[in-house]
Amino acid sequence: MASRRPSRNAGGPTQGFGSPLTLAIALDFTPAVTRRPAPLTVSRIPRMTLDEFKSAAESLRADGPAQIAAAATLEAWTDARNHLVGRTSGRLSELMTALGTLPKDDRREAGQLANAVKQELEALLDARHAELMRQQQRGPAIDRTMPGRAAWRGSVHPVSLVIDEVVEIFRELGFTIALGPEAEHAWYNFGALNFPADHPAMDLHDTLYLDDLVLRTHTSPVQVRTLQQYPPPIRILAPGNVYRADPFDASHAPMFSQVEGLVVDEGITFADLKATLTRFANRFFGETKTRFRPSFFPFTEPSAEMDVRCGVCKGTGCPVCKNSGWVEILGSGMVHPAVLENAGIDSERYTGWAFGMGPARTALARHGIPDIRILYDSDVRFLEQFAR
Amino acid sequence: MNLSHEWLKAFVPHALSAEQVRDLLTAHVATVEGFERLRADLAPFVVARVIETEKVPDTKLSFNKVDDGSGTLLDVVCGAPNVTAGAVYPFARSGTLMPAGFKIEKKKIRGFTSNGMLCSAAELGLGEDQAGILELTTDAPPGTPLLDVLPLGDVRLVLDVLPNRPDLLSHLGVARELSALTGVPLRGDDAAHAAPAVPVVREAQQASSGGATVRLEDPAGCPQYCGAVIRGITVAPSPSWLRERVEAAGVRSINNVVDVTNAILHGLGQPMHAFDLATLAEQTVVIRRARASEKMKTLDGVERALTPEMTMIADAAKSVAVAGVMGGENSEVTDATRDLFLEVAYFDPKRTRQTRRALGLSTDASYRFERGIDPAGLEYAMRAAIGMILAVAGGRLDGSVMAVGTAPAPRPAVTLRPSRVRAVLGASVSGAQCERYLASVGFAVARKGDAERVENEGGDAALVVTPPSWRHDVTREVDLIEEVARLHGYDKLPDTIEAYRPTTVPDHPLFAASRRVRDALVGAGLAEVRPMPFVKGDDATHWRVTNPLAEDEPHLRVSLLESLARRAEYNLSRMHGDVRLFEVGSAFGGREQGAGRGAGAGGLIEEVRVGILIMGARSPRHFADGAPPMIDAWDAKELAERAASAAFPGAAIALDAAEDPALWSILADGRSVGVVTRVTLDAPVWASAAFGIEITLGAMPLAYVSQPGTSAHAGERPAIAPPASAVRYRPLPTTPAAAFDLALLVPDGLNAAEVERVLRTSGGDMLESLELFDEFRGAGVPDGMRSIAWRLTFRHPERTLRDKEIDGRRSQLLKSLENQLGVKPRTA
Ligand SMILES: [Zn+2]
Repeated sequence: MASRRPSRNAGGPTQGFGSPLTLAIALDFTPAVTRRPAPLTVSRIPRMTLDEFKSAAESLRADGPAQIAAAATLEAWTDARNHLVGRTSGRLSELMTALGTLPKDDRREAGQLANAVKQELEALLDARHAELMRQQQRGPAIDRTMPGRAAWRGSVHPVSLVIDEVVEIFRELGFTIALGPEAEHAWYNFGALNFPADHPAMDLHDTLYLDDLVLRTHTSPVQVRTLQQYPPPIRILAPGNVYRADPFDASHAPMFSQVEGLVVDEGITFADLKATLTRFANRFFGETKTRFRPSFFPFTEPSAEMDVRCGVCKGTGCPVCKNSGWVEILGSGMVHPAVLENAGIDSERYTGWAFGMGPARTALARHGIPDIRILYDSDVRFLEQFAR
Repeated sequence: MNLSHEWLKAFVPHALSAEQVRDLLTAHVATVEGFERLRADLAPFVVARVIETEKVPDTKLSFNKVDDGSGTLLDVVCGAPNVTAGAVYPFARSGTLMPAGFKIEKKKIRGFTSNGMLCSAAELGLGEDQAGILELTTDAPPGTPLLDVLPLGDVRLVLDVLPNRPDLLSHLGVARELSALTGVPLRGDDAAHAAPAVPVVREAQQASSGGATVRLEDPAGCPQYCGAVIRGITVAPSPSWLRERVEAAGVRSINNVVDVTNAILHGLGQPMHAFDLATLAEQTVVIRRARASEKMKTLDGVERALTPEMTMIADAAKSVAVAGVMGGENSEVTDATRDLFLEVAYFDPKRTRQTRRALGLSTDASYRFERGIDPAGLEYAMRAAIGMILAVAGGRLDGSVMAVGTAPAPRPAVTLRPSRVRAVLGASVSGAQCERYLASVGFAVARKGDAERVENEGGDAALVVTPPSWRHDVTREVDLIEEVARLHGYDKLPDTIEAYRPTTVPDHPLFAASRRVRDALVGAGLAEVRPMPFVKGDDATHWRVTNPLAEDEPHLRVSLLESLARRAEYNLSRMHGDVRLFEVGSAFGGREQGAGRGAGAGGLIEEVRVGILIMGARSPRHFADGAPPMIDAWDAKELAERAASAAFPGAAIALDAAEDPALWSILADGRSVGVVTRVTLDAPVWASAAFGIEITLGAMPLAYVSQPGTSAHAGERPAIAPPASAVRYRPLPTTPAAAFDLALLVPDGLNAAEVERVLRTSGGDMLESLELFDEFRGAGVPDGMRSIAWRLTFRHPERTLRDKEIDGRRSQLLKSLENQLGVKPRTA
């Protein structure tokens, strides 16, 4: 299939704008002073033989680079330049003066040598000058091992990090975010979700009460509220806090977070449930295998727990997975028709699936946090470990 | 539910390993969450071969060279007469702990070092045979673990039975499933000793037999009751097969009678009770409600206060058991018991549940009655119990089984459409397959319409399915679909991802707002926290949790700052004074407006808020700067503006002075949305001042969306919200600005905003910005005054301002300030 956007070098000039080469030349300025040829002066005219001349030139060629390199400041550089190639008293100008005293036949050879030395030294001087100018612009040398100026770094709570990731993955699959109250009517928390009144199914939900309200024991009430408010097709994710009358210990908390998911439309099947949740698992945990087991929730039928391959032992069995090779990730199932009916939805026309998972457990496992209470303590030293 | 692998095999003689059973049950029935080899103590034993053997004269001993697979032949002394060179035996290396509790040590016997022990069956706890060591028939090489060679000992499988499947709370119930999954037919429990055919008298209210009488006075609490009299038994320890069964189920063995009742409970799922008949006044059993203020001591020795809501088993004079929960001490079977009254009953689930909760007493029996036992299984369980007791405790059945009450009505049939199975599962399972699956677990299946048409339609005609008596959970078509799905196997169902239609539900605005605020605050260097919302609180202002977990924090917070303050104190107590925390969470208000306690929590107002608490250094210390200043009110003010802008994008945010201890109230488009306040903490002296900010992002309405059973949308898609208004571009200035500073002497009592108002109104159109950059009291500033300095920047949109114009504007401003506020410039 052809890309709609034209490719960058498909037709048209390859160089649309001014050549960068021109620009580089224009910016290339070397100190003008070294470009001017030094005029001869006739203060003192030593007489030399060609050999003596050559020897003096080679000596200059040998000493010059070290003197130039040793110039640590612009002042020192100026001194070095004057000493080496200075127009009046430099060693090169002395040579040039001497050049005229050589026999004519020797002058050509000597002149070429002097010129070569001059060019070499001037090139070195130019480079050193540029380097010193750069140093001057940078200011005095700093100790680069010293620390930068820090600002406080904020952090997102590890449970929120898990929720964020779950949300992002389900967004790719077309889900939006729904929310509901934490203090909830018992009908939304239980009755609408097909919990039989006074039934052992309620024992799985040790409930905290607020007079005639409950602190929701799961995020599933958001399913019913959403179904009452919006018509299918529905694809929502409902993160939120839920409450259980569980004593606060290393592995239980009376309030924790949950993420609920709900899909309702015509033609939604258990195959969609398996496919979507398996895709989620692969995005969340990396390439993995999933397993679905029969389970029971009053508000789904059929109900299933989803496991993923234990990431610690890769399925061979270890203490983390209680030797089963699998780790339980979420509960799920096809939305019970009674739930749809309780929300005024035609349960014959529409089907759906739902799931719920606990991000805190994932956060504990992912970060190796040994005690769930650490998530609630809000110890700054803990939170800083998640600074960004 | 603890399952014995061996016991299950007694019901379904399958050939699967315990591991295979575990995997089958987990995949199709319920999760096996525990797997325990009951003879794990035999794990260290290995198979060993005797290479040479030499009798020690005048003793029973032999010196042996033994190959235990380690590569070196071991010297082993053995006292058994049957040691044979070339044979293999169970071997305990030195260091092995024997089942009897002692350790095998390397020791010298008659100058001969023994490095282990060849074991007999008795030494391994495998039987009574002490004639000699246990010769093994195996090809396994020496060194092989003994458990790999001998299928020794039982395996306990712990099944996680969920509330919808009480039928799985017995070996019989699980065996039914295994039978369906393996195709091996279910047979009667052999341990029930082929439950004898016993005569039964059936009556609605009262029956007598064997000298005893049963009278049912509470048919609502006990729809069916069976009793039987057995005389002349001997109470004794159970035989080993019975003891092993109940112990495999995790129950302590008591005596032969009690163990039989437990074997019936765990084997058939029918709780039962045995009374000492001699303790029952007039040998009469009455099923009735407890009398007002009646008391009874249960078998656990606790005196129980009873209420008339509870169903009791009584004799002619007194209560002898709490029906379905626990027997009474007064009628307990003891070693002296000779005559028994056996009870097998169906107690009402709700009644049992209420009684159990009222007494706070949960038992294996109440657990099953509460969830519902098989109401059609009573007489079979009674026959099995009688058969077992006669076998293990002797005695004889006196008279007939007395069955009082009404037999259960058959369960209503449920229609299953194969087309619906496909619609829900997304898989093609034919009507014939559905029928096979359902029949395999005891459902009676008939086809609707004539059989010929059914064939022609590819078996797609609806099925009329009657659930078995033990399946209380199947009342709708979808329940049958679940049966089909699990028996077919979830893993065999397809999982292809399908196209979907976009949802009608917009993102909840509070979710988006929380994300924006969170991002802003994390960017500002704050840490997000997720603390508990429970606080000490006060009944007058806070909602109290009816059943709080901690009495010192029984209320829900009205403000997030309550939680954050406690979290700050937690950090201060750990010597950490740089605390910058925020939370997005719920606050629960409306208590003060609500009526008194007990009037309901309908007035509760839940709001999603962001709470912020900051204290400590403004920035980390840097060597180039010296110690950073502490966070002060101005940091809090800026942070509040930043958070409010993130919460209400596009709104005009203003901070108005507020009453102490609050500093400012936060306004968004003129509406009060929050507060900036000083926070008082229980803090050590070195702690710096703490500031709190709380902004309400929005309410989370509690009201019903619409009445139960209805929706508020009538199938209509909601209108799509208009896009948020975008930032408007302002042309960038093309002319230079002119600026000057103004230092003014402002009398106390006049606030800067008042001065700024005059500066703005008098500054004219060309006043581009106004920046307050200095406040000073002291030398050169009279008492009762402060010097405040502003930089004013002016710009003409089209041309450069002339110096004269600027000077004129300056004089104009000073005149206005003097006239309107009496404020003069500070002269250097
Ligand atoms: Zn593992």
